[in-house]
Amino acid sequence: MALTPAAFEWVCTLVRRESAIVLERGKEYLVESRLVPLARAAGAADVSAYVDGVRLRPDRRAQTAIVEALTTNETSWYRDGAPFQAFATSVVPALKQARASTRSLRIWSAACSTGQEPYSLAISLADSVVAEGWRAEIVATDLSTEVLEKAKAGRYSQLEVNRGLPAPLLVRHFTRVGTQWQVNDDIRRLVRFSQLNLTSPYTLLGQFDVVFLRNVLIYFDLQTKRDILTRVRRVLKPGGYLFLGGAETTLGVDDNWDREPVGRVSVHRPKNGGQ
Amino acid sequence: MKALVVDDSRAMRKIIAGALRKLGYETVEAADGAEALAVLQAGPLPDLATVDWNMPVMDGLTFVTQVRANREYRALTIMMVTTEAEHGQIVRALAAGAHEYLIKPFTVDALEEKLGLLGLLPEGAGA
Repeated sequence: MALTPAAFEWVCTLVRRESAIVLERGKEYLVESRLVPLARAAGAADVSAYVDGVRLRPDRRAQTAIVEALTTNETSWYRDGAPFQAFATSVVPALKQARASTRSLRIWSAACSTGQEPYSLAISLADSVVAEGWRAEIVATDLSTEVLEKAKAGRYSQLEVNRGLPAPLLVRHFTRVGTQWQVNDDIRRLVRFSQLNLTSPYTLLGQFDVVFLRNVLIYFDLQTKRDILTRVRRVLKPGGYLFLGGAETTLGVDDNWDREPVGRVSVHRPKNGGQ
Repeated sequence: MKALVVDDSRAMRKIIAGALRKLGYETVEAADGAEALAVLQAGPLPDLATVDWNMPVMDGLTFVTQVRANREYRALTIMMVTTEAEHGQIVRALAAGAHEYLIKPFTVDALEEKLGLLGLLPEGAGA
């Protein structure tokens, strides 16, 4: 559910008082996307319910967490670097051999936020398999519809494109529109955005060769993590790959995965090839 | 690691050099392209040069072009750090031999990430 005007107003006042940062109207998507993890961790139904809870029962720690969540910087392109390097230099070449008969790849970016992750993956694929005539599709999902609107638009500020996007890729895959940068259509065409709560069924998504599920599991309890990982295994094609965040693991949660070191990261693969 | 910070604004040089020193760099500063060339001639060669575009005496693009014309400086990594943000300008700077391009204003995190892309983040620096 979208953030209510009252909840947005309250968050703006709090952040302005505590950090002097002014959140203007139109930044509702930012507030919602940054607060989704806190809402999940608190077990709230959605961000508005979470904000209302903190508003009605003042809680210093929760207020600090909200301010911190909103004053950290923009999401980076190729966030953390190493997983994308492993994807481009090891996983895609391996899949090129494994999927040579179908010449088709499907990737799921399971908490795509404002789009930097799926577009980073799309750029990697455009510069490799897509240039060789393969079909590629990135399905990018997020809980927040506001965030998805921003992601779908594919338009970023200068501050946002400064964050971890190599300049040669910026000039090759983006066009300047006013003071912003627009992801080019050939990249946008590779990404399909849709709203999805990770705790609801994945059956409509289809099957994937690679799933990026980074920095999401940390916000769920053990049973929900286990349930998500079990269902991710079911949408992963045999021989597929799962990328988790640096602080996340399948160990002790769902032991039907093998960990495989690839470059500086570990990828997770279903035991016995999966399915 | 050593960085040459080239910018005609003293305030901007302080910001960039300060951020680089926090990451473990030794820094040397120059107020325009000609001064920067003199620093390179005096040696030793730094690992990185951050270069503004618009400067008196010699602008950043001319500096990059002159550096790339000299094989002795080929190990120098160049990152433009400038308010010039037109698509065509970034293309020109990269074509002239700059490796990266950071648009002002920028955050320290953004500078750090660009150094990471260039493999120039000193060990132990950053997250």
